[in-house]
Amino acid sequence: MIPEIGQFALILALMLAVTQATLPMIGAARGRQQLIAIAKPAAQAQFIFVTIAFCCLAYSFISNDFSVLNVATNSNSRLPLHYRLAATWGSHEGSLLLWTFMLTIWMVAVTLFSNHLPEEMIARVLGVMAVVSTGFLLFMLLTSNPFQRLIPAAPDGRDLNPLLQDPAMVAHPPMLYMGYVGFSVAFAFAVSALISGRLDATWARWSRPWTTVAWMFLTCGIALGSFWAYYVLGWGGWWFWDPVENASFMPWLVGTALIHSLAVTEKRGGFKSWTVLLAIAAFSLSLLGTFLVRSGVLTSVHAFANDPKRGVFILGFLTLVIGGSLALYAWRARQVGLGSKFEVLSRESLLLTNNVLLVVAAGSVLLGTLYPLFIDALNLGKLSVGPPYFNTVFVPLMAPAMFLIGVGPIARWKQARLPELAVRLRWAFGLSLLTGVLLPFVIGGWKWRVSLGLLLAFWIVATVAQNIWNRVRISSGESTFVSRLKAPTRSYYGMQLAHIGVAVFITGVTVVTSYQTEKDVKMNIGDTVNVGGYDFRLNNLAQVPGPNYQAVRADIEVTKDGAAVASMHPEKRAFTAAQSVTSETAIDRSVFRDLYLSLGDEVGGGAWTVRVYHKPLVNWIWGGALLMAIGGGFAVTDRRYALAARKRTAEATAEKPEKLSTATASATSSAAK
Amino acid sequence: MNRLLLLPLALFIALVVLLLVSLRHDPHEVPSPLVNKPAPAFQLPQLQDPTKTFSAQEMRGKVWLLNVWATWCVACREEHPLLVAYAKTGAVPIYGLDYKDDRTAALQLLSEEGNPYVLNVSDTDGRVAIDYGVYGAPETYLIDRNGVIQFKQIGPINEDVWQDKILPLARRLNQ
Repeated sequence: MIPEIGQFALILALMLAVTQATLPMIGAARGRQQLIAIAKPAAQAQFIFVTIAFCCLAYSFISNDFSVLNVATNSNSRLPLHYRLAATWGSHEGSLLLWTFMLTIWMVAVTLFSNHLPEEMIARVLGVMAVVSTGFLLFMLLTSNPFQRLIPAAPDGRDLNPLLQDPAMVAHPPMLYMGYVGFSVAFAFAVSALISGRLDATWARWSRPWTTVAWMFLTCGIALGSFWAYYVLGWGGWWFWDPVENASFMPWLVGTALIHSLAVTEKRGGFKSWTVLLAIAAFSLSLLGTFLVRSGVLTSVHAFANDPKRGVFILGFLTLVIGGSLALYAWRARQVGLGSKFEVLSRESLLLTNNVLLVVAAGSVLLGTLYPLFIDALNLGKLSVGPPYFNTVFVPLMAPAMFLIGVGPIARWKQARLPELAVRLRWAFGLSLLTGVLLPFVIGGWKWRVSLGLLLAFWIVATVAQNIWNRVRISSGESTFVSRLKAPTRSYYGMQLAHIGVAVFITGVTVVTSYQTEKDVKMNIGDTVNVGGYDFRLNNLAQVPGPNYQAVRADIEVTKDGAAVASMHPEKRAFTAAQSVTSETAIDRSVFRDLYLSLGDEVGGGAWTVRVYHKPLVNWIWGGALLMAIGGGFAVTDRRYALAARKRTAEATAEKPEKLSTATASATSSAAK
Repeated sequence: MNRLLLLPLALFIALVVLLLVSLRHDPHEVPSPLVNKPAPAFQLPQLQDPTKTFSAQEMRGKVWLLNVWATWCVACREEHPLLVAYAKTGAVPIYGLDYKDDRTAALQLLSEEGNPYVLNVSDTDGRVAIDYGVYGAPETYLIDRNGVIQFKQIGPINEDVWQDKILPLARRLNQ
């Protein structure tokens, strides 16, 4: 009964989505108030029905209803409760439902937080979002029904893929999808602006906080995924340039470019056409990512069961949404003016350069991801593009972008002078050059990659410090140091924090790739191995039963110079229902290093292969990503958005764009004065 | 300017065409560079009687299967009963390459689980397997009368592969 309610709710949601995608759009075009007014209640009702469907599926998983095909293939009665909940989105069908669920959450958020916008604008935005949800609901109902019954019911389920039975897996897909889908808001704003022909700075100001929130979720989602891969896959890597990882990374890169471009459009009225294109591109790449994962054209560790029919459907949908919006862009964007002028050296030009670098980086990732498809399509054979390509292309593109992070926020809008910039940044540059060259000697041997990485990281930190110092020193009116420190806006500090996050990230990546040590050893009970200055002694091996698996657990004692450091327990788990074996790594974490153990196979005579890693600063990688996300959090909680919310209601249509932005524009144009 | 604005759309359309073509291809199929090339020659001691050797040359004029297997390979055990059944049909002779294996364990397995092989050779150090580009056991090669590899299966043979690929091909080659 419950699954049928879920299915019925999905059908109702589809009806609502179709209504929401058509009537308000017609209303907005013809100025019919009654039709425009349908948008909000339709979006909220759609949210309610998709929520009902989602809860029904979750209930089927939690109550072990193996008469539902999806539950029978992806769950098991012995699976612990939280993983049964996570199994709701562990399958192809379930993850689509999650996707749609997230989309309706964003829709409801738009209806709740956009009261200060003109009604017809909201109607268009919700209409565009409903086009997207229509596509996904149809896709689910036609090709991937999550509530498909299995008659007769299976006695027990086939179990969730053991690799997915992990706490991070409970949070990773919702986070990632919140980010993916969140770009639909910026996309909908951009398309609505194109339809209405009102491509002024206003739409940029409206979509900015939405984009930042989506970007935060995406950042956290990608970081969680990488964190999960690091300790679950047992290879000690944290990024594999896997097609599905790339699928989430491309929208992130373009989204990052979009955030910066939106700032220019809002504050200076420039880059309008470019910003619209980025907004379309960010969401298009999210959709493309969905296509690549769901259609089975690429193989990857994320492989779900695939079906060519599904691929054709998504491709058709993709063509409609992306092709339609790009056609609209080609038709309408010519009406956009060029915006205010700026000199070759100015904050605008620096941001534009950074933008281009990010987009080219995203393009090269796209190329690397699709190149095997391209070669195969031309019948030139099969090949795979691996990390060497991505690393070779990516580092040279990102290094100048990182350098610009230091210069951009300090340069003046419109026109900056090179001598002035040079004078202002001389200390930061000298200091970072010195540390970049010398620090590698201290850590453990000079390498040019380490030098470059550290130089860029220190450069960012030093320029951020310089920037804040200039602000605090100069901003007059405030008497005490603390009150001067409080003067800049939250979004200003958010930006600085996110940039520091980049620096922390680079430091982590640089140090761990250059200085990690790894040993594959054969160990018997009583054997000791030394890695990275730590002694690892295998004390014992024991059989340990788990809820739905049987494990062999090693007891390894770690000491450094005779002092006890940790007791680590890597496991090898054999899952009964899924008939697969996973390696449960043991990691001893600290801020400055991880000790990482992964149990291999029994090699005879009671000996086991053990992989031992010493990974310095590896946690800085995710720490940096977290700082970036927190920086985004600071930016969206800026007072001006709260002000905008308070200023909602009647004066909405009469609102003057300039008023709101002047305060922050002068604040963020930094210490230039 | 106006033409420039059409560029994103044009790129996207090209992408759609590419993806449409890709949907027709199976990413799991990996072609072997050895298909349609002469099978690498080898001369190895026989498993049953190590004093005798066997060489690929002796198979000239016959269509045969070379199956790479080992007792330590779990997927091979999965494949084994199928091979035993196929061997009984006599459709195509199966020769085994016992890959990096322990001789006693291999002989024991064959006596317990049945022996589908006309003959087995021991590739103890895995040299021949390298010549054949073996990724991992099991792998199976269909070799024609002229000693040319006509088909390669990576991973265990299953009913579909046997019925749809190996049998029709072997019949054609035998004509």
